[in-house]
Amino acid sequence: MTSTSGGYYVPHGSHWPIIGSIGLFVMLQGFGNYLNGDGIGGTIMLVGFLILLVMVFGWFRVVINESEAGTYNTQVDRSFRWGMSWFIFSEVMFFAAFFGALYYARVFSVPWLGGADPGTNEVLWSGFEAAWPTNGPAQLGGEFNLLDPWKIPALNTLLLLSSGVTITLAHWALKKGNRGALVMWMLATIALGATFLGFQVYEYQEAYSSHYNLTLESGIYGSTFFMLTGFHGMHVTLGTIMLIVITLRCMKGHFTADRHFAFEAVAWYWHFVDVVWLGLFIFVYLL
Amino acid sequence: MSTATAHDTHHEHHPGGLLRWVFTTNHKDIGTLYLIFSLVMLFIGGAMAMVIRAELYQPGLQFVDPQFFNSMTTMHALIMVFGAIMPAFVGLANWLIPMMIGAPDMALPRMNNWSFWILPFAGLMLVSTLFMEGGAPAGGWTMYPPLVLQTGDAFPFLIFSVHLLGISSIMGAINIIVTIVNMRAPGMTLMKMPLFVWTWLITAYLLIAVMPVLAGAVTMLLTDRFFGTSFFSAAGGGDPVMFQHIFWFFGHPEVYIMILPAFGVVSQIIPTFARKRLFGYSSMVYATASIAFLSFIVWAHHMFTVGMPLTGELFFMYATMLIAVPTGVKVFNWVSTMWKGAMTFETPMLFALGFVVMFTIGGFSGLMLAITPIDFQYHDTYFVVAHFHYVLVTGSLFSLFAAAYYWLPKWTGNMYDEKLGKLHFWLSTIFVNILFFPQHFLGLAGMPRRIPDYSVQFAEFNQISSLGGFAFGLTQLLFVYIIWKTVRGGAKATDRVWEGAEGLEWTLSSPPPYHSFETAPEVK
Repeated sequence: MTSTSGGYYVPHGSHWPIIGSIGLFVMLQGFGNYLNGDGIGGTIMLVGFLILLVMVFGWFRVVINESEAGTYNTQVDRSFRWGMSWFIFSEVMFFAAFFGALYYARVFSVPWLGGADPGTNEVLWSGFEAAWPTNGPAQLGGEFNLLDPWKIPALNTLLLLSSGVTITLAHWALKKGNRGALVMWMLATIALGATFLGFQVYEYQEAYSSHYNLTLESGIYGSTFFMLTGFHGMHVTLGTIMLIVITLRCMKGHFTADRHFAFEAVAWYWHFVDVVWLGLFIFVYLL
Repeated sequence: MSTATAHDTHHEHHPGGLLRWVFTTNHKDIGTLYLIFSLVMLFIGGAMAMVIRAELYQPGLQFVDPQFFNSMTTMHALIMVFGAIMPAFVGLANWLIPMMIGAPDMALPRMNNWSFWILPFAGLMLVSTLFMEGGAPAGGWTMYPPLVLQTGDAFPFLIFSVHLLGISSIMGAINIIVTIVNMRAPGMTLMKMPLFVWTWLITAYLLIAVMPVLAGAVTMLLTDRFFGTSFFSAAGGGDPVMFQHIFWFFGHPEVYIMILPAFGVVSQIIPTFARKRLFGYSSMVYATASIAFLSFIVWAHHMFTVGMPLTGELFFMYATMLIAVPTGVKVFNWVSTMWKGAMTFETPMLFALGFVVMFTIGGFSGLMLAITPIDFQYHDTYFVVAHFHYVLVTGSLFSLFAAAYYWLPKWTGNMYDEKLGKLHFWLSTIFVNILFFPQHFLGLAGMPRRIPDYSVQFAEFNQISSLGGFAFGLTQLLFVYIIWKTVRGGAKATDRVWEGAEGLEWTLSSPPPYHSFETAPEVK
C-alpha cells in the first residue's frame, strides 16, 4: 500500500479520515440533539466521541509506525513542521476572537452602556454606571466576588512557566542523547501541567461556591472569564495528553538526537498554551 | 513522462469502486471530489435562489411564507459561500497546484482526504436544518444576534455545520500552504510560480487567519443561547454589535478568499489566449498581498449604519477605498496583457473577459458602497445584493467556469464542445445581466433586501430580474451537459491543449498520469 515518489512519501489510501468525519458528525449531531433537549442526544454524542478517539489512536498509530520505519525523509519532516506551525497559528486566531470580545466589552460596550454614549445609556439602562468587572446593567447571575489573582492564578503562572523550562531541559537532554534525563524532565513537565489543571479545577469550584458566586452566567465578566480560561484549560488538557504520549514514546526509545519532530511539535504546542496563559493572567486576572 | 508508465501506476494502487473515492489520498481524485461536491451544492443553492426569484416575481405573497423565504435567502448564501464557491476553488487548488509546481502530490495527503470528507457531512447537517422544527435558519447568513438566537431546533446544527466547514477549510488551507512552501520543484522560485499558485498561497493564509475567528464567534452564539453567557446581550454588559465586528473581521477576508483565486485563474487564462506573457507579474503578486493585508482593516464598512463613532466610519471608509488601488493595478495588468496580443476567443477566454468587465462593474458599485454617507442610503437594499452578486457570480463563478473549460481538456484528455461552450457563455452573460443589473435600480430606489414583499413600483424590475434568474439557472444545466459530454468522450486533447499555454501542467500528458511528478522536473 505504500510507495515513495521521488523520495517524498505519498500514502495510498487511508480509511482513518472518513472514520474521523463520521465520528465528528455523530458527536455534533448528538450534541445538537442534547442541546435541543432530546434525551438520547448525550449518548449519541458519547458514541461519536468514542469513534473520534478510535480514529485518533488508529491514525497516530499508522503515522508513528511509518515514522519509526524510516518512511519519512527530511522533506516530509519539513511538511510536518510547517503544518504544525500553521495549525498553532489557527489556534492563536481562535483565542484572538475571545480576547477581542474581552477588549471590545471593556473598551466600548461597557463604557457606552455606562454613559460614554449618552443615548445608549438613557434609552437602554439609565442609572447604570460603567465599571469593570461587571455583570451588566441587569446584574445577571447576581452579585459576585473576584478571585485574588495573586493566589492560585499567580501560582499557576509559575507552574506553567516552570513547565516551559522543564520541557526545554528535556529537549536538551534528547539532543544530547541522555534518555534518563529526558524522561525525568518530561515527567516533571507532565506533573507541572497536571498540577496546573488541578488548581484550575479547584479555582472553578471556588468561583462557583456561594462565597464568590462567579459563574458563566455572571454577565460579560463571567462570560469572558470562563470562556477564555475554559478554552485554555481544554488546551492544557490536550497538551498534557500529548506530553504523556510523547513521554511514553521517549521511554520506548523513539526519536533520535536529530530527528524528533513529534517531540518538538508537542513542545511548540506547550509553549503556545503557556503564552496564552500569560495573556490571560495579565488581561483577565490582573488588569 | 509517458502515458504508458502513467497507466501502470494508475492500475497498481488504488482500490476500485466507490471506496477508491472514500479512501483516496491522491490530489487529483480529491480535486475531482471537491469539484463535484461544489457543483451539486451550486444546484442546491441555485434551486433556493429560484424560490426567491419566484416569490419576488410579483408583489404580495405568492408561493412561500415569509419565514421560509428568509430561510431561503439564509441557506442560499451559506450553501453558495461555503458549499459551492470555496470548495470549488479548493478543488482547483488540489488538481492544479501540485502539477503547476512540479510536486508528486499535496504535502499532507491523508489530511487532504479528511479536509474533503468533512464537507459532505457538514453540507448534510446544514441542509437537514430545512426539515427541523422551527425551520431552517432564517436570520441571514451573517447570523446576527439577537435574531439568530430565535432559530428553532436548527440553531445548534447551524453552528456545528459552520464549525465543520471551518475545520475543513483550515486543514485544506494548511495543506495548500505547506505544499507551496515545501513541495516546489528545484528552480521553481517563489517569483516564478504561476499566479494561480501565488493567489492561493495568500488565500490560504487568509483562511487560516480568519476561519478560527468565525468559529469563535459562532461558539459565543452557542453559549449565549444555551449556557447563559452574555457576549451579545446588553443586559449582561455585552453588545450585539460586537458580534458584527467579530463576524466581519472574518467576513471581509472571506470575501477575498472567494475572489483572490479567481484573480489567479484569470491571470493564467488571459496570457494564454493573448499569446503574450502576463503584464506586470510582480506587481500582480504585490497587489494580491496588498489586498490581503487591507482585507483585515476594512471590516466595519459592512456596518456603517450600526452606529459607530465618526472616526470609525471615516477610517473604514478610507481604508476600503484604498483597496481600489491594488485592484486597479490588476485590471490594468489584464488589459495591458491583451494590448497588441494575438487574441483568440475560446470559451475560457470569453469567461475570463466577462470576468474582467463584470467584476469591475461589481468593483465600482463596491466603491460607491464604501462611501459612508452614500452607504447610509444603500445599506441593506438591493443595491448591495446587485453589488455582491456581480463580484461573486460574474466574478468568482465566471472564473470557475473559465477554469473548468480551460483545464477540463487537461484533466479528461478530451476537448469540450466549443460551440456549446460559447453558447453557455453568451446565454450566461446575457441572463446574468438581466438578472442582476435591474437590482441596482431597485436598490437605489429603496427596495430592501431579505423581504418577500415589496411596493408595487418595484414590480417591473423585479419581473425582469426574475425572468433573467430563471433563464440563468436553466442555462447552467447546459454546463453540466457539456462537462458530462467531455468526460464521456470528444476530440482528443493534445498535451499542451492551448497554443499559447505556458507552465508545468501542460508538459504532462492529457489526461495527466495518476501521479504527476514522481521525479521533480527541472525549472529553468
